[in-house]
Amino acid sequence: MSLRIVVTVKYVPDATGDRHFADDLTVDRDDVDGLLSELDEYAVEQALQIAENSDDDVEVTVLTVGPEDAKDALRKALSMGADKAIHVEDDDLHGTDAIGTSLVLAKAVEKAGYDLVVSGMASTDGTMGVVPALLAERLGVPQVTLLSEVNVEDGKVTGRRDGDAASEQLEASLPAVVSVTDQSGEARYPSFKGIMAAKKKPVESWDLSDLDIDADEVGLENAYTTVESASERPARTAGTIVKDEGEGGKQLAEFLASQKFI
Amino acid sequence: MAEVLVYVDHVDGAVRKPTLELLTLARRIGEPVAVALGSGAGDTAATLAEHGAVKVLTHEAAEYADYLVVPKVDALQAAHEAVSPAAVLVPSSAEGKEIAARLALRLGSGVITDAVDLEAGDEGPVATQSVFAASYTTKSRVSKGTPVITVKPNSAAVEAAPAAGAVESLSVTFSEQATGTKVTGRTPRESTGRPELTEAAIVVSGGRGVNGAENFAIIEALADSLGAAVGASRAAVDAGWYPHTNQVGQTGKSVSPQLYIANGISGAIQHRAGMQTSKTIVAVNKDAEAPIFELVDFGVVGDLFDVVPQLTEEVKARKG
Repeated sequence: MSLRIVVTVKYVPDATGDRHFADDLTVDRDDVDGLLSELDEYAVEQALQIAENSDDDVEVTVLTVGPEDAKDALRKALSMGADKAIHVEDDDLHGTDAIGTSLVLAKAVEKAGYDLVVSGMASTDGTMGVVPALLAERLGVPQVTLLSEVNVEDGKVTGRRDGDAASEQLEASLPAVVSVTDQSGEARYPSFKGIMAAKKKPVESWDLSDLDIDADEVGLENAYTTVESASERPARTAGTIVKDEGEGGKQLAEFLASQKFI
Repeated sequence: MAEVLVYVDHVDGAVRKPTLELLTLARRIGEPVAVALGSGAGDTAATLAEHGAVKVLTHEAAEYADYLVVPKVDALQAAHEAVSPAAVLVPSSAEGKEIAARLALRLGSGVITDAVDLEAGDEGPVATQSVFAASYTTKSRVSKGTPVITVKPNSAAVEAAPAAGAVESLSVTFSEQATGTKVTGRTPRESTGRPELTEAAIVVSGGRGVNGAENFAIIEALADSLGAAVGASRAAVDAGWYPHTNQVGQTGKSVSPQLYIANGISGAIQHRAGMQTSKTIVAVNKDAEAPIFELVDFGVVGDLFDVVPQLTEEVKARKG
């Protein structure tokens, strides 16, 4: 038996940097350093754990859609232990929205061949958290998402989804699309050996024609949503800061009362 | 007037507050038609009518509880076919966003998630979103198909607006995918008796400075004196001091209450992303340099173990 896992990852601007929009209202990627989205590290980690705990022959492929620099995200995942990588890159992809991205990912996953897709819970830039569900809808396979615990055994994926009202146990047959949360387990750091090995691992590059996708199905012009404006949130006006000298709690209560909270 | 579909989030017929907020927003665009699914769907009608639903489409089936997400997508798609609405609004829960996205894909529509405001526009509804850890505000619209938009809790006031609320049963044929992911077990969360974090008017949060699970009792005591929900920073959750369901921040809940009280929280970007849009922010922290103080309307530099209990006593005294 063999198990083919594809992990979808995103290269995002560092959330601790000064993120802003470009003139065409897409995310500016030039002025802030990019990196593998932190939430996707959990997906890579769970894929590697599934591989390590399996008696089957497991291959872990990381897949990203993004500009040239997005290779850095693939390299990071490879250094964590993934076997190979696929980079979908095409100038016509600039400005593609979630619906369009899910099309590209679905075609790429199908071309790569898969039994299991593992994604993070959301990207740290767009933060929509809908791509795994969209991918499952496009592929016509079960969606087993937002898991804080995941197991793969005997052609089945099981896991725990912690919702607001209840914690649910889920089960589906492979092939399936899984997403994991930041509660699924700390992601490993790449070892020196891992970093060296990653340099020799294969990274395939595909463009839209490799995936039989027309330019008019993706990109900013063909997006399903339009951003009309983006404005920087005005800085909050400086508040009152007091040092506690024994009356801090009372002073805070006084402020809350003045604002009619008590 | 055009109709607007509103997906109803309810627990055995008890409608949750974010759905009532959606009805307020839906009335800005058209006539709200509510869609209530699963056990107790019919019991939602009176409340929905009170808040402006002209029609309530209901469907009860075991599939909604037994399988993940897809049965609800099938039902909304059926409702869309029956009504041909101007827009579909869904509460921005984790599940709500997944339902909305799959529905949009089926309809050939765009989807906007986590709107914090919604208004009618010449080319369809315009959604306001708060992005990049709430450092930017964007206005967007769906440019293809029927707009599908999810809206965050606390984005609008709940308003009484009595309407007919005529109950009609919705006819739903489940797709082949509907039974793909089985829910084999469900453990309801234990009720704390406190308001739901994302819906609360006041949130009291604790972070690294709380320094231990047992010390969260003083955060809870302050919350209870104010009738508030309790939140926690990622540092406190990762340390195992408080459950992840209460985490405020990028990978937890994003809240927008009238009042946010941060205790022993430094205010890293991860946390700010989840609370920066709160109307009034106050903080207690030992470190005068903590970035949280850049956000506050009122801050106390001091030991939370002194300040918080004193505040709790004072609140209790003032409330009598």
